Formats: sequence, structure tokens, C-alpha cells
Amino acid sequence: MLRHRLGPRPFLQFAILLIAAVVLFAAGATVLSNMARLGLTPGFGFLGQPASFEIGESPIAYRAGHLYARALLAGLVNTILVSAFGCVLATVFGTFIGLARLSRNLLLSGLAQGFVEIARNTPLLLQLFFWTAAAHALPTARHALQPLSGVFLSNRGVYLPWVALEGPSGAAFAACVTAAIVLPLLSLFTERRGVLLGLAGASGMAACGLLVFGAPGIGLDLPRLRGFNIAGGVSVSPEFAALLAGLTVHASAQVAEIVRAGVQSIPAGQWEASEALGMSRGATLRLVVLPQALRVIVPLLTSTYLDLVKNSSLAVAIGFPDFVSVANTAANQSGHAIEALTLVIAAYLTLNLSFSFAMNRYDASLARRGYARP
Amino acid sequence: MVGRGSPTVWTVRGLVATVLLLATALVSSAAKAGPTLDAIHKRGFIKAGVGSQPGFFAPDGAGRWQGFWIDIGRAIAITALGDPEKIEFVSSSPQQRLPALKSGEFDILLSGATQTITRATQQGFHFGPVAFYDGQGLLVPKAAGVSSGKDLDGATVCIQTGTTGEQNIADFFRKNGATFKPLTIEDTGEFLKALEANRCDALTQDGSDLGIKRTQLRNPDDYVLLPERISKEPLAPAVRWGDDRWLELVNWSVYALIQAEEFGITSANVDQFLENPDPSIRRFLGVDASVGTAAGVDPKFAYKIVKTLGNYGEVFDRNVGPETRIGFERGLNRLWTQGGLLYAPPFR
Amino acid sequence: MSEDGLIRRLWAGLFGGWANAALTSALLVGAWFALEPIIRWALIDATWTGDAKACAEQDGACWAFVGAKLRFILFAFYPFDEHWRAAAALALLLTLLVLLATPRFWSAWLAPLSLVLLAGACVLLGGWPGATDVPSSQWGGLPLSLLVTIASLSLGFPIGLALALGRRSDLPVPRWLCAAYIELVRGTPLIAVLYLAMLAMPLALPPGIELDKLVRGLIAMALFFAAYFAEIIRAGLQGLPDSQTEAALALGFSRIGALRHVVLPQALRAVMPALVTLAIGVLQSTTLLAAIGIFDLLNASRAAANDPAWLGFYDEAYAFAALIYFALCFGASRYGVWLEKRLNRASEGVR
Repeated sequence: MLRHRLGPRPFLQFAILLIAAVVLFAAGATVLSNMARLGLTPGFGFLGQPASFEIGESPIAYRAGHLYARALLAGLVNTILVSAFGCVLATVFGTFIGLARLSRNLLLSGLAQGFVEIARNTPLLLQLFFWTAAAHALPTARHALQPLSGVFLSNRGVYLPWVALEGPSGAAFAACVTAAIVLPLLSLFTERRGVLLGLAGASGMAACGLLVFGAPGIGLDLPRLRGFNIAGGVSVSPEFAALLAGLTVHASAQVAEIVRAGVQSIPAGQWEASEALGMSRGATLRLVVLPQALRVIVPLLTSTYLDLVKNSSLAVAIGFPDFVSVANTAANQSGHAIEALTLVIAAYLTLNLSFSFAMNRYDASLARRGYARP
Repeated sequence: MVGRGSPTVWTVRGLVATVLLLATALVSSAAKAGPTLDAIHKRGFIKAGVGSQPGFFAPDGAGRWQGFWIDIGRAIAITALGDPEKIEFVSSSPQQRLPALKSGEFDILLSGATQTITRATQQGFHFGPVAFYDGQGLLVPKAAGVSSGKDLDGATVCIQTGTTGEQNIADFFRKNGATFKPLTIEDTGEFLKALEANRCDALTQDGSDLGIKRTQLRNPDDYVLLPERISKEPLAPAVRWGDDRWLELVNWSVYALIQAEEFGITSANVDQFLENPDPSIRRFLGVDASVGTAAGVDPKFAYKIVKTLGNYGEVFDRNVGPETRIGFERGLNRLWTQGGLLYAPPFR
Repeated sequence: MSEDGLIRRLWAGLFGGWANAALTSALLVGAWFALEPIIRWALIDATWTGDAKACAEQDGACWAFVGAKLRFILFAFYPFDEHWRAAAALALLLTLLVLLATPRFWSAWLAPLSLVLLAGACVLLGGWPGATDVPSSQWGGLPLSLLVTIASLSLGFPIGLALALGRRSDLPVPRWLCAAYIELVRGTPLIAVLYLAMLAMPLALPPGIELDKLVRGLIAMALFFAAYFAEIIRAGLQGLPDSQTEAALALGFSRIGALRHVVLPQALRAVMPALVTLAIGVLQSTTLLAAIGIFDLLNASRAAANDPAWLGFYDEAYAFAALIYFALCFGASRYGVWLEKRLNRASEGVR
């Protein structure tokens, strides 16, 4: 049976398997025995104990006194949040830079190339220090810049007005907005795009209607100066902004190169044929070239996105409470460093593997829709 | 493209050679060691983790380490190896110092770590005698008009990573029913910069640490260290579990400094004390050799420590005392006979 | 192209057509607004000599700081009197880089030679009988960054090669194991792997065996980048038609002989530019060593601005470090482009 499953040279393979198992087991056993010798009790029990530290910013409710598990979850959500925004922004920004590099205007393509070279040839950590310094150089909360009424730019963060939701109409509004965002994303994975996009449009209009006609429970929450800090509205801390800027710039240089290579992989004949049909350059790019280039671009983008997610762990160096940073603090306070590290590795693996899975599905759906790879 | 010039040939040979190099590197840097003290004897010097803070631990212009904790380390080196120079100081950040001690990076941590029950019972560290009694303080800009930590409701407070400070400040605000936003920063320079850029409203850290950090700000006079201390921070040398003899050497090296001050023995007058008839002083200085022999070290270790470094008071005054740039008062760090907390068990 | 043609092409590219000309003008104005403050800070208002007090009187950059702390930024906490050894090690490592990058030198003796040079750099830094011993905890700055880069590349490459071959093996067990390792590592951030080397590696060693922190960081980087090496090499192997192996076997090569003399040379040649890109990534990743308390170039620059006499000149320290990194990485990426062209030309010639 085993022989059949292992294929050729079963004994050699069995030996390799055995050696690998023994090495892993020996390493594990040594770690445990060393931990025992040093007076450490391994285990994840600390996750269920209250954590006595605060986290600078958290999208989920967390206070000192909540469980370690919750603190770590807050860090994980922060990581996911900054990665998600980073991927979207890097894609948009990188595509523009990549197209700018292909521009016939020499100055534009030169500037784009200069941007790409600087972003690619300096360490990301250094770029993050730069963005942090830039964010901290903004004026203080009391003298915050107000480019628009209700929008504050300060070294305590960027504050924007936000909708305050209460009651059933608030919930309806939230549901409509969510649908308007999620449905178009879902449509990428399926054949029935039209239906989903139509639903998304309808939800968006419903949301706008609720907002405009001022249904009870929906109001505008304007930020204003209170005590030491600005309160109200929705805010982004300088560290979040710096991390997001750094990750976006770094990844967009890669995206730009990928987009450029993708567009250049389309034969010149396509451009000429479209021109002969009377299409403008912009229309050709949008309708003819980019859809075809996608089949080259998408698989390459996957690894850029995965890099971005992993790079978000540099947050720890600039004081943004991402997963690694919170796990560090948890490890320090509880003494369970190895366990915290195990959680970090498991979380990033899960994030990355599920992300690759989703991107592969998208790639496959592109192939099904006729953008098959040669 | 086949043959000698191909990258493959050197790849394969390189593989073999690299493995050999790695193996030699591993073997040469791997030192057999039993518990900590055996490893120290074999190595010939102590490895100590320290921080970086003028007055407590900082290399001088010639690259020689100076400071309060450095002197404590040299006292231990005298006890263990008979030579104050047989100790290597390795700078380590607050975030890394305890894990590094646990992983065997150093034999002892002299970075002024706080003795706590969690560290002692759950994290596997033993603490020597408290060598410096401290408390966590708050450093704020004068312009903010803050006189107590209780005025800081809603403020952003900068904390250095990896210290007990993260927990203390959270406890403090919880106790007072107030809220704050923490910003945790590891690097000291960035920490100070955050206050200067007004990114945070206050810095929190051990009071002694903040006292020194204040002098490192560009305009120290614009900032004030609030008088209140929000926690107890007994700072002590830390070692990992598993070598009781090593811990005892550390204990009695620190006690020797304290006891010398209590006896009134200084580096200047220690030789005169050799003639002193008091039997406890004779035991202490090793004139009567019974004490040291029992402890398994040179009976004259305390004499050597005082002769080389002076007593606790001298060490304190030389590094951080009122006459230095740091300018600390002794405060709690006076002898028990003078209203402080320093008290050495008897040398008998 | 004649000079006249070049100018005409430039003119057409910048101002041909009114839309193009408008875009160029708008970009020029935008670029001026973006660059003017930087130029003002870095050049016009800068202080070039003097002390921190002289710098405080000017608004611009304090290049005097870089001048005063240059040796610290380059060599960190390496003992001041022994700096010539760190400088010699740096020269040795740069020579090694040039040797490795010159296709003419790619031959059998390069591997042992590079190992000798690497070992030489380590001896220079660490000390030899009769010289002052400098423990690795005091190594730092640019020589350390380069040493870690080159050493983790040369350790990671053979491991990556073995992983790539294992992943393409006919035998399922090594294939699964290699694939699992590669995916596991590629899904983990480097910083977590470095923490692992810091915290868990000492615990996984039998009691009594100590590994130097730098060695541990190095092993972590090598094992980490081996997975990336493996994927690049695998791509090279996949790009090669099976007929190559078959032809070699028909000519009487053994399987290993065919791999060694026929398949790998071609596969590696094809992925050389990707390997150069990876090497750039490795150099940039050495900055993460700061997370485990090693003073690489970036960390040393930061520490330089913690000097009480020169407190707070971070911008200058970072700018200077950025220049060094940029020079090295930009040079390497240009080299990658040149190499790609050269290899393409060579393979066309063979065809």
C-alpha cells in the first residue's frame, strides 16, 4: 500500500520522512525541556487572561482589562485594515505610475521612472522612517490644518467627518453601503456580473437616499478639538498614515513595473488596429490593451500583495499597533514569547494562503471569461 | 555552455564548501557550558546586558563603559573572577533584554529591570538585591499646565516598549477612571522626538530615566518631570533560573557595596580598616578568611570591590549623584540607618 | 543617432503637440514646488562645517553632523582604534561583490575564493592571534550589512538549489517536504523569522550550546531567503524543455551529470537577473536586523543621532544612509539590466 502511494524508491523516501520527523520532534522536545529548565510553562492559557495594557488605536472595542485574545485580535484587525487599504491604493497608484512610464511625454515618463527607482532601491524601513517623520512634522492638534471644514490635519492624526448611525434606519444605511462595496468585489469571482452590479448600484442609491433625506438615526459626526486631542468623526493616526503611505509607495513601484510589462506584452498590432478603427489612445488602453494585459498582470500582482501584507509587520518599528507589535507587548507582559510568535506565524500564513487562494480564483475566473493564458 | 566556466560547477562545489564553512562556524562559536557560572569560568568573562543611558550605562569617549550599573557589574566580576575587567557589556533594548537573558545571550541583566512577581514566578527570572529604588514618572511640557497625572485625561502618552511602564500607565488611568492613548516607541531618540514634535502630551518611564532624558531634550527647561510617582520600580540585577550559586555571587557583590557604606569603609580608607579589631569588619574584608571560603570565592572579594570601586555611596555619587551632570539625590537609595531602604544582610 | 536627432527627439517628446507641451509645463511647475524645499534644505540652507550649535542657527540640513559622525555611521560601535580593520573588511567585501558580478570570473575557483574572502573579512573584523579581539556584538555599520548580505546569499543559494530540485523531484516525499517548507517560509514575514532566531533557536539547541546572535541572525536570513531562491531557480528549471535532459542522457551523461553540466547552467543563466533582484532585496532586508539589536548601517545611522553632542539630526543621518543604499541597490539593478541584455545576446549567439 505504502509502496504504491510513495512511488519509486519507497525506502529512501520513508527514510527521509523519518529523518524529517525525528529532527522536528527532537527540536520540539528540546524547546520544551529547555523551557521547563528555565521555569516556563508553555501553553496558550494566557489568551484567556486579562491584558493590562492599552492599544493606541483599534477598530474593535478594546480596553486594558479585556482578554489577551481580544488585544491580539485588535492587532490582527489593524494589520488586515492597513494591508487592505495598502493593496487597493498601491494598485490604483501603481497602475497610474506604470502607465505614466509608457507616456510619450518624456518628462512624465522620466519622473515616473525616477519615482520607481527611488522606491525600489531604498529599504522600506528607511522609507517608513521618512513617512513617520513627515507625519509628525504636521502642526499640533491646536493648530491643525483645516483644508475643508470638518477635516483636520495634525500630528495627532487625520480627522474626517463620519456618519453616526443609530437605530433601524442606521442599520439599513450600513447594510446598503456594505452591499454597494462588497457586491462589485464578488462580481469579480462570478459570471453573473450584471445582476450583482445592478444590485450594488441599487444599494448605493438607497444609501444615498437615506442619507440625503435624513432618516432618523443618521447624522453627521464632525470632529472638533476637545481637551488634549481632537475628538469625533473618523480618524487615522499619523503612524497608520505613515505605514500606509510607505507600504503603498513601495508596492506601487512593483505594481508599476508589472503593469508596464503587461501593457508592453500586448503586440503593437493591437494599438495600430484600434487606431485604424478610429479609437483614441485612452480608449484603446482602457478597452483593448488593459483587459488583455490583465492575464499577465494578475498572477504577478498576487506576490506584490503578499509582500505588502508581510511588510506591514514593519509597523512595529514606527509604533503602529499591528499584530506583530501587539503580540510583542503581549509576549513581554505575559512572558509567553514563543507562543505569541507561533500565533504571529500562524496568522500571517493563514492571511497569505487565503489571499493566494482568492487571487487564484480570480485568475481562474479571468481565464473562464476568455482571457485565457496562452 | 557546458564545462568549467559554467556557474553550476562552482555552485555544486560551493555547496559543499559552504556546508563545511557553516559547520566550522557552528562548532567554533558553540561553547560547551553547564549552568551559568561554569560557562562564565570556562569563557573567562561575564556577559552582561545593559541599556544605554548616560550615568547608568554609556561608553565614554575611549569606548570604555561607565555608569552606575556598570560598576555593579564590575563588582560582580571581581567576586566571580577576581578582575573588574572580566565582564563584557552588551547593549540591549528594553524590548529584547529579557528574552535575550532567557535565551542565554547574557549571564546577567544589568539594565535596571523591575523586580515583579510575574517575572519571578512565570517568566523564569531571579532577581538580585534591589540596587536602585525608582518609581514611574511623567514628563510633560510646562506649557500644558499639568500638575498631576490626573490632569491628563484624554491625553496621548508615549511609552517605551518592553517595560513594565505599559502596564503601570494603563493601571494608573484605569484607577482614576480616565482614558489615554498610548503610543509605544522602542528607540530612545524617537521617543524624545515624539514629545518635542508634540506627537504626545507626556512621556512615561522610570523617574530616574526621565530625569536623564529631560536633559537630552533640545530645550530641557520647557519640560517638567512631575513629582508624583505612579508605581514602585525596584530595579535589580536579573539572572535566569537554574544556577543558584551564580545568583548568590550576584547577591553578595551588591550587599558588599551596601555593607561597606554602612561600615563607613571607602576606597580611600579601606586599607586602614584592615587593622580594625571589629570581628565583623575583619570577616567582611577577609582578614578573617572564614566567610569567603564558605561562599567558595576569594575571601577578600569585598575588600577588592571597595578598593577598586568604593562603596555604594561612592558608586552612586560618582555616576549619578548631585555633583554629576545627572544630579540625583539619594532619596530612597540611602542606607536604612539614614532613612532609606538599603539594607545588607550580615556577612557571617 | 546624431546629436541633432537627439535634440529633435527630446523636443518632440517634451513639447510636440499643445497637449504634450501643456503637460510638460504643468509637470515642471509641480516638480519645482515639490523639489524646491528639498533643494533649499539639502543645499542652499545647509551647514557644511562646524558643530551642532552652528547647525542650530541654520534652517537647512546639517551635513557637518554626517562629517563628524561619519566613522560611527559606517562602523557603528567597532572600536575606534581598530577602524582600519573594519575599513579593510569593507574593501574586501566590495572586491568580492565585483568578482561575483563579473561573468568572466564565473568559474570553478570562484566559490572557494569567495569563501576565503568572506572568512578573511570575518577574521579582519573579529581578530587574529596577536590582534585585539573584537566580539561580534561590536561589529556594525556598512561592513556588517554587506557581510550579512553576501553570507546569507551564499548560504541561502545552495539550500535554495536543493529545495528547488527537491520540489521538482519524482519522489513525492521530498517534493511535499520542500513545497511545505517553501510555502511556510514565503508566508511568514522576515521579522517573525528573526524573532524566532532570537527567541526560539537558542531553546531548540541542546543545553550548553550557545550560538552567537549574529550567527543566528545570519542562519535565519539564509534559511528565509533560501525559499525565495528555490522559487526563482524552479522557475528557471521549468522554463527549460525536457528535451535538454533527454539529449544529455542520450549523449551518455548520468542524471546528475546532465543536471550539473546541461540543465542547471542554462536554468541559472535564465534567472540571473531575478537573482540580482533578490540580492537587492536581501541587502534592503538587512535593515530588519535592528529588530534583534544588531547595528547594521541604518541602525548605526539612527544611533549616531542619539549622540548627546549631536542630538536629533535624524533627517541627515537617514538621508545619508538612503544615499548609500540607493547607490548600492541602483548600481545592482542597472547591473541586472546589463546582465540580462548580455545573456540574451550570448544565447542568441549560441543559437
